[in-house]
Amino acid sequence: MVDVPFDTVAGVPPAEVGEVDLYHPKSWWTRYVFSQDAKVIAIQYSITAMSIGMVALVLSWLMRLQLGFPGTFSFIDPNQYLQFITMHGMIMVIYLLTALFLGGFGNYLIPLMVGARDMVFPYVNMLSYWVYLLAVVVLVSTFFVPGGPTGAGWTLYPPQAILSGTPGQDWGIILMLASLILFIIGFTMGGLNYVVTVLQARTRGMTLMRLPLTVWGIFTATVMALLAFPALLVASVMLLLDRLLGTSFFMPTLVEMGQLTKYGGGSPILFQHLFWFFGHPEVYIVALPAFGIISDLISVHARKNIFGYRMMVWAIVAIGALSFVVWAHHMYVSGMHPYFGFFFATTTLIIAIPTAIKVYNWVLTLWRGDIHLTIPMLFALAFIVTFVNGGLTGLFLGNVVVDVPLSDTMFVVAHFHMVMGIAPIMAVFGGIYHWYPKITGRMLNEVLGRFHFWVSFLGAYAIFFPMHYLGLLGMPRRYHDIGETAFVPASAHDLNAFMSVAALIVGFAQLVFLFNLVWSLFKGKEAGGNPWGAASLEWQTPETPPGHGNWGKDLPIVYRWAYDYSVPGAARDFVPQNEPPAGLLAQGAGP
Amino acid sequence: MAETALTNTIEPPARPGGWRGIAADWSSDQRAFKNVSWGKAMMWIFLLSDTFIFSCFLLSYMTARMSTTVPWPNPSEVFALTIGDKRIPLILIAIMTFILISSSGTMAMAVNFGYRRDRVKTAALMLATAAFGATFVGMQAFEWTKLILEGVRPWGNPWGAAQFGASFFMITGFHGTHVTIGVIFLIAIARKVLRGDFDVERRGFFTSRKGHYEIVEITGLYWHFVDLVWVFIFALFYLW
Repeated sequence: MVDVPFDTVAGVPPAEVGEVDLYHPKSWWTRYVFSQDAKVIAIQYSITAMSIGMVALVLSWLMRLQLGFPGTFSFIDPNQYLQFITMHGMIMVIYLLTALFLGGFGNYLIPLMVGARDMVFPYVNMLSYWVYLLAVVVLVSTFFVPGGPTGAGWTLYPPQAILSGTPGQDWGIILMLASLILFIIGFTMGGLNYVVTVLQARTRGMTLMRLPLTVWGIFTATVMALLAFPALLVASVMLLLDRLLGTSFFMPTLVEMGQLTKYGGGSPILFQHLFWFFGHPEVYIVALPAFGIISDLISVHARKNIFGYRMMVWAIVAIGALSFVVWAHHMYVSGMHPYFGFFFATTTLIIAIPTAIKVYNWVLTLWRGDIHLTIPMLFALAFIVTFVNGGLTGLFLGNVVVDVPLSDTMFVVAHFHMVMGIAPIMAVFGGIYHWYPKITGRMLNEVLGRFHFWVSFLGAYAIFFPMHYLGLLGMPRRYHDIGETAFVPASAHDLNAFMSVAALIVGFAQLVFLFNLVWSLFKGKEAGGNPWGAASLEWQTPETPPGHGNWGKDLPIVYRWAYDYSVPGAARDFVPQNEPPAGLLAQGAGP
Repeated sequence: MAETALTNTIEPPARPGGWRGIAADWSSDQRAFKNVSWGKAMMWIFLLSDTFIFSCFLLSYMTARMSTTVPWPNPSEVFALTIGDKRIPLILIAIMTFILISSSGTMAMAVNFGYRRDRVKTAALMLATAAFGATFVGMQAFEWTKLILEGVRPWGNPWGAAQFGASFFMITGFHGTHVTIGVIFLIAIARKVLRGDFDVERRGFFTSRKGHYEIVEITGLYWHFVDLVWVFIFALFYLW
């Protein structure tokens, strides 16, 4: 698809925005620590997110040990178990996935993919990272304060979140809310940068409809986050006031340990509405960047243009918009009006349409493609499988009458781990294997990578597939020990033990992955500038890894979309975005 | 980037108007909003996000007020002042609102003089705006003090629903913080204007980028937004 807005007579018009001064680092500190370069900030974000993610991974091991072998590990008491599930969920959803997709992938890829030298406001971008780091430090500190971290569950529902029966009532919940508020402030600074860079700082020839889908996914997710996080901020502030000042925004009149509390007249349902107005878009904040990354990986490694590019873009935008009107499908059992359930079930099922369009288009991109089963491609295929799997169980949970008996069972846990745990993590891994050569100049080790993939993919199914069955049996979630409950057969306990062993093995594979990241940095095969033969702009930088300012002297000029693979008659099986069509001479950056 | 929009921008050829123009801009390369600088775009998007914050606060307050089973204190009586021997409802709030809306006027004039590169008038008008803002915050502090002395606390008050004090302190506090930040922002920019930073294109201390008079307008956007939010707070909290 070569549609050139530049005519061959007049050539390429000059840039609308002139060159912008970059901040040039003067010392080691401003180059690598207090760096204003989006690429360094991206790596800082990624390392921080993956480090805190390791904490969450270890917490999941401890939870699985307790569930698989109840009574064996005496050091895990019920309070700690609740603290583990809370911190695991909170870290994975917000501090790992959101930060990694938007702060990590977003910072690295947006300027490179749109042909900019950096984000529009590098200083604000740097602040964004440091505030995020502070949020993570506050979060980690909850493990060391008296009473430990909060055990309220990642949804932090009041009234229980701030009552004395919940672990972490002293300090844990306060610091948790403070950390969330910091995270939102930090994210807003970064998010404004990403949005403005995509809208206002593209290079010549880069129209919105020529952006790689990765940018579309990250861009839409960032816009959503800027509109959804305010609800979480408000909910956190109000819950903090309830806890610290004794206001009663969310706290009804209730009796605690035989004592009437000081609270009265508040609405716990209000918190649920605020939380899920953030919480549901959050699912797509994590999923949309994954959609984008997967689209690009499939197209590159199947050597075929993405099928239905425009439909893919509009599907991303439609999913983003619809995700703001479905939030109460998390609240079918909260006691809200049944007609609301009808409305939210309808909107929820409508989301299946754009999502299905995306899945069909991925499959049609693969159809008769020249599929290379590289490691990024394997992860991309695994994403499609796990995402479809999690999406189908979403159809069960989206319907009120089916959801009610399944609520708060392991079925729900299996569903959301498949759809927003495993699937986005597959996209993260695929993205890292794909772009690591651009970031470091070296390939990740192939053997370790394949080991990592197969163990993670098959292991994820070993963990979460049986979990659906346990949920259908009625096994509740968030229980420290299900005990001698008659409706749970003995075989279920065996399954639990099996899942726990699988979880430990999958966790081990992640350590191999981390080792691979470090080892390949020094010993990996030299990658060259464009090892996958990809057409999008980030692979066309003059240096690998890209230098300060990304593009050397002249900004690139874009003549085509990012998906010109296997074009009949072309010299190679891909045509880079910045390769001028015949008849139009390549030009410098103009005046 | 601010400076580039003002100095290096090449005017694109005539574009179609109306919806066609919007479609043409969004399907063009480089920029979706033509002739909008990076800084201004960023402020607009931030304000959109901030709108959601205030909307959530106000909706939560309205939910609390509608669902409470005990009476809600009557704002006309709570926020009345006795002047002479007359008890005038909402008089302080009326004055505060008048002052804040007046400050929007001086801000708009400052933007105008900024683009005419009139250093002294711009700075003077920005400082006048800041003074109005500070007065507003001062009167709010007076109002808080008065209510606290009358026994209003975030967790209760003598007249009815506890959520009255909670919502009042939270919403006006959050808005007052916005005004205070705006005042600091105004003073900092006014100092730069007066010093002539934007005439000599002096580089920012942190960002090492050249400054431009457009920052006055961006400050103005924020300031008008804070005023607009107050109108909603005034209508929904005090007049309801």
